[in-house]
Amino acid sequence: MSKKIISMNVNGKKVEEAVESRTLLVHFLREKMNLTGAHIGCETSHCGACTVDIDGESVKSCTCFAVQCEGSEVITVEGLAQGGVLHAVQEGFYKEHGLQCGFCTPGMLTRAYRFLHDNPNPTEEEIRVGMSGNLCRCTGYQNIVKAVQYAANKLREDAKNPVAA
Amino acid sequence: MIPPSFDYHCPKTVSEAIELLTKFGDEAKILAGGHSLLPMMKLRFAEPANLIDLNKIPELRGIKEEAGVIKIGAMTTENQVLFSELLLKKVPLLPEAAKLIADPQVRNRGTIGGDIAHGDPANDHPAIAMALDAIFVLQGPKGQRKVKAVDFFHGTYMTALAEDEILVSIEVSPFAPKTGYAYHKLKRKTGDWATAAAAVVMQMSGGKVTHIAIGLTNVAPTALRASAAEKLMVGKEITPALLDQVAESVRSICDPAEDLRGDAEYKTAMAGEMTRRAITAAMAHC
Amino acid sequence: MNAPDRKAALQGMGDSRLRKEDARFIQGKGNYVDDIKLPGMLHMDIVRSPLAHARIKKINKEKALAIPGVIAVLTADDLKPLKLHWMPTLAGDVAAVLADEKVHFQMQEVAVVIAEDRYIAADGVEAVEVEYEELPVVIDPFKALEKDAPVLREDLAGKTEGAHGKRYHHNHIFTWDAGDKEATDAAFKNAPVTVSEKLLYPRVHPCPLETCGTVASFDPIRGELTTYITSQAPHIVRTVVSMLSGIPESKVRIVSPDIGGGFGNKVGIYPGYVCAIVSSIVLGRPVKWIEDRIENLSSTAFARDYHMTGELAATAEGKILGLRAHVIADHGAFDACADPTKFPAGLFHICSGSYDIPAAHCTVEGVYTNKAPGGVAYRCSFRVTEAVYLIERMVDVLAQKLNMDKAEIRKKNFIRKEQFPYTSAFGFEYDSGDYDTALDKVLNAVDYKGLRAEQAAKRADPNCPTLMGIGLVTFTEVVGAGPSKICDILGVGMFDSCEIRVHPTGSAIARMGTITQGQGHQTTYAQIIATELGIPSEVIQVEEGDTSTAPYGLGTYGSRSTPVAGAAIAMAARKIHAKAKKLAAHLLEVGENDLEWEIDRFKVKGNAEKFKTMTEIAWAAYNKPPAGMEPGLEAVHYYDPPNFTFPFGAYLCVVDIDKGTGETKIRRFYALDDCGTRINPMIIEGQIHGGLTEGFAVAMGQLLSFDAQGNIQGNSLMDYFLPTSVETPHWETDFTVTPSPHHPIGAKGVAESPHVGSIPTFTSAMVDAFAHLGVTHLEMPHTAFKIWKELKAHGLTH
Repeated sequence: MSKKIISMNVNGKKVEEAVESRTLLVHFLREKMNLTGAHIGCETSHCGACTVDIDGESVKSCTCFAVQCEGSEVITVEGLAQGGVLHAVQEGFYKEHGLQCGFCTPGMLTRAYRFLHDNPNPTEEEIRVGMSGNLCRCTGYQNIVKAVQYAANKLREDAKNPVAA
Repeated sequence: MIPPSFDYHCPKTVSEAIELLTKFGDEAKILAGGHSLLPMMKLRFAEPANLIDLNKIPELRGIKEEAGVIKIGAMTTENQVLFSELLLKKVPLLPEAAKLIADPQVRNRGTIGGDIAHGDPANDHPAIAMALDAIFVLQGPKGQRKVKAVDFFHGTYMTALAEDEILVSIEVSPFAPKTGYAYHKLKRKTGDWATAAAAVVMQMSGGKVTHIAIGLTNVAPTALRASAAEKLMVGKEITPALLDQVAESVRSICDPAEDLRGDAEYKTAMAGEMTRRAITAAMAHC
Repeated sequence: MNAPDRKAALQGMGDSRLRKEDARFIQGKGNYVDDIKLPGMLHMDIVRSPLAHARIKKINKEKALAIPGVIAVLTADDLKPLKLHWMPTLAGDVAAVLADEKVHFQMQEVAVVIAEDRYIAADGVEAVEVEYEELPVVIDPFKALEKDAPVLREDLAGKTEGAHGKRYHHNHIFTWDAGDKEATDAAFKNAPVTVSEKLLYPRVHPCPLETCGTVASFDPIRGELTTYITSQAPHIVRTVVSMLSGIPESKVRIVSPDIGGGFGNKVGIYPGYVCAIVSSIVLGRPVKWIEDRIENLSSTAFARDYHMTGELAATAEGKILGLRAHVIADHGAFDACADPTKFPAGLFHICSGSYDIPAAHCTVEGVYTNKAPGGVAYRCSFRVTEAVYLIERMVDVLAQKLNMDKAEIRKKNFIRKEQFPYTSAFGFEYDSGDYDTALDKVLNAVDYKGLRAEQAAKRADPNCPTLMGIGLVTFTEVVGAGPSKICDILGVGMFDSCEIRVHPTGSAIARMGTITQGQGHQTTYAQIIATELGIPSEVIQVEEGDTSTAPYGLGTYGSRSTPVAGAAIAMAARKIHAKAKKLAAHLLEVGENDLEWEIDRFKVKGNAEKFKTMTEIAWAAYNKPPAGMEPGLEAVHYYDPPNFTFPFGAYLCVVDIDKGTGETKIRRFYALDDCGTRINPMIIEGQIHGGLTEGFAVAMGQLLSFDAQGNIQGNSLMDYFLPTSVETPHWETDFTVTPSPHHPIGAKGVAESPHVGSIPTFTSAMVDAFAHLGVTHLEMPHTAFKIWKELKAHGLTH
């Protein structure tokens, strides 16, 4: 089993590691990068708990090999907060009780992050469709919808009143 | 959960990809979106010694209009189809149908070409391509050739693609004004394959049908074109009685696999029902 | 600060305060079992049987052992010398750890492969070769009881007594009954009206998003075993592991870290855990085992599979005179149910429900089949899901027979508020309830009359494209197991515990014997203490799950945390409160009788300026205790509940069924719950949403089925119905508050009620949609496919 050296940017930092061709991105992140936020809830690409952001798109990291991400920009839940300040989606999930056991939460957050980036002013229906690639067993989604709405409002407000860096 | 080992190849051009295919033959599988292949590998139902990744080949991407033909690169993702301004304007059936395929994350990787080339009767694009009278452009060591969608699917996982060929693009004609279209897909939940689905493209004039194409998903070993049902409709007004006849004709060609979505009777009946609803919806655009 | 502000600052009971545990989860810093990495850790994977019933002729480990990185391959033969190839179950049966000479269900564990990493372990599993000789398969529990049915449990040959009494057939496990058979038979004999209905509660699975797993780490130098495990009952695991391994319990540490959902799937002890522990002991290195989803759905604790027949006897006016229930319980190949020992059918005898039924009797017969073991799981409160399903369906059936409205018949039969505490015909003493108020509130909120009028209009219109149904359920459930004189797990009484220590500077740490899996204990438990002790919940640290620090408890399942541990928390806090009062009296130089407690301080009666806050008292406890008083400010309480608690609710559901496809739209679902005192309304509402969503999934789409060869079907997320945000309905929640008189804070527990109550509500609605056509019951799951068949049978399709 010969290994390949791959390099990519993970949460803004360049990383370089040796991997097997068959190493799944989710295992690369969890075991090599020690970023255990992305979780594994199934092996048939349904649950979305492993969702990360690759080159500006939400992707299920269990269904992609690390070698496919050569040169890519990967963002995981650990990269959402900036300078110790939570991202609006993280604040939204906290304020609106959008999590219970927390297992689906990292996938939900990285997905919501990209979803709101692409659709900053969504209707409830659009949120439900936009988040339909992420399963949750605890919340029944109702508060997750509210969490995403909270984040959408906050992001729009922040855009109007940017805080000085 | 853990795929078996393989050698990974990442060609940068179609020619390179074909060279690799030719070299490895049945010891290689194409990696497009990977959302059919990787689950199979993780369950160890597929153990290819080589994977040829098409994701870094620019020629295979992009949607453009050339000489009155819409050309869609085979590696165009479902989300790219869904959000394409060009398709929304010229072939709106495709973006509408893409909304019903998989889920938002899978749509970032799943490709129209992969959905077609896999030959899986459960996939959506084959029937849609049939209804669009699409033409598939295949490329092998000897060059390119074109195959009509209706001639491409030979059986479950069996297509006109030779072992050393790749599907490179899909060609469709832009819709004439007032072309009716719809894709009605009955499914148990978001992301599920169709229990039954119908793709309809039609045109009317003076209240009568002038053109009708009906493609059916997942009710036979391949996608189906319901030609007999179409013949019943050409030149006619669409009445409830005609819709009943069309549904019956559609049902008569179905041969679905029985599974947890339903038995043959239910799936067959649903093929008829989806056709009925797709035609009714398509009429609204005419 | 004035009093209301001081109260708000505590964020104590009743406050919808945000959760304290969220910070780590929203930043990807949770600590789940698969996140744990120990130096030198190995990975274990499992070889499983493709066949449902077969003899093992040969296991060939060679190819697997030849793979570089594969360390060991273990089979039953390797566990035999340790007498660990079989293990006792929580239900008094034995279960194979690794298949010993034969396999009893598809996906049963046959061998384990231990390797340097999980990828190599998977390669190793593929390389183990097993030769089988097929045996005839039994899937149908009724066929299993036929005279010449194949023998499944050869290991029980000749054993005519099981853990729960006589076994009258080689595939029979137990017969259990409750109630008064004679009185019930008499009631039925003399009743003007009787109804009967067969009610199947199909096999489903809790499917928490995190699968089961463990990291077992035996330290050969210290002789100590530490095991991180997805367990809802870590102390019981510690006791069992000690008993099985011979390692003293004081040298066994079980840690349940963050758990990604339990729902009863993580109570039992699975072969994977045992093998990982054995491997770690033998190899002297940590061993991690994490199952994948298909393994989880195929081999871990499933739920239900109760084949029930319900009967009601009544007057012509609809007053119920008697209830009879008979159940064939399919337990799979081993009875591994996590029930209190004396109750092989759990608390099924709550099946007289919210109704004043004078005579009742139920019989449950457990049966072995070639399926994975289990039955008690999935937010069921120990078979309360089955019991409530039975009674609520039967009340509907009776209403239909008598052409009575479903709400009207319920009101006619409700246990009245004045009758509490009420002893049911099965001997449960219901603590409190007010069913009429709950039901009336729901009916008014949804304009029930308007809905019935709309339904009538739609039924009269042949062109209406939908069938409209209204479902109604008024359930009482029984949770908070339980009084140790009747409730024990393997002989350990089902009390629970809390230990609280207040620090000199006024913050506190508390530990309990339960373990949250998303229920929010770190917040709600702190809120109880905050109100009892006047310390802000924000500075009360709550820890659970580490058996080396937490006091002994029976864990979290059956909605027992608030009723049992919550009570222990209050009682422990009151011990501290009592000591604090003595300290305050000493500091203020008054008698205890001169003091009154207000929110966060003891005040001298009639002199508001003289007071001591709990913070001041805490400091004094560590440096100025009065003569004869120990320093420090802490307490522990082990609470043995005097009774169960009985949360209740009224749920109403409106459905519209598409006549063309059989698909159902849940138009409206109104859920009113009464769980007594409400600690954190936000958390309660979240639990209700989650339970309703699980109920929706069970009723409308979930099923684990088997073909005639015993191949399990629908055991991956491709088919097992987990609804997304698109399919899941919008939930409307409401509440009443009827405290439990025997509970220190009047709280009853809530999290299973929405699951228990919603499932029959969906069936009620679906049947109601067809009721005008004479349909009295529809079997779950109510998939579009099954409903279309029903529509077709009534000539309603094209």
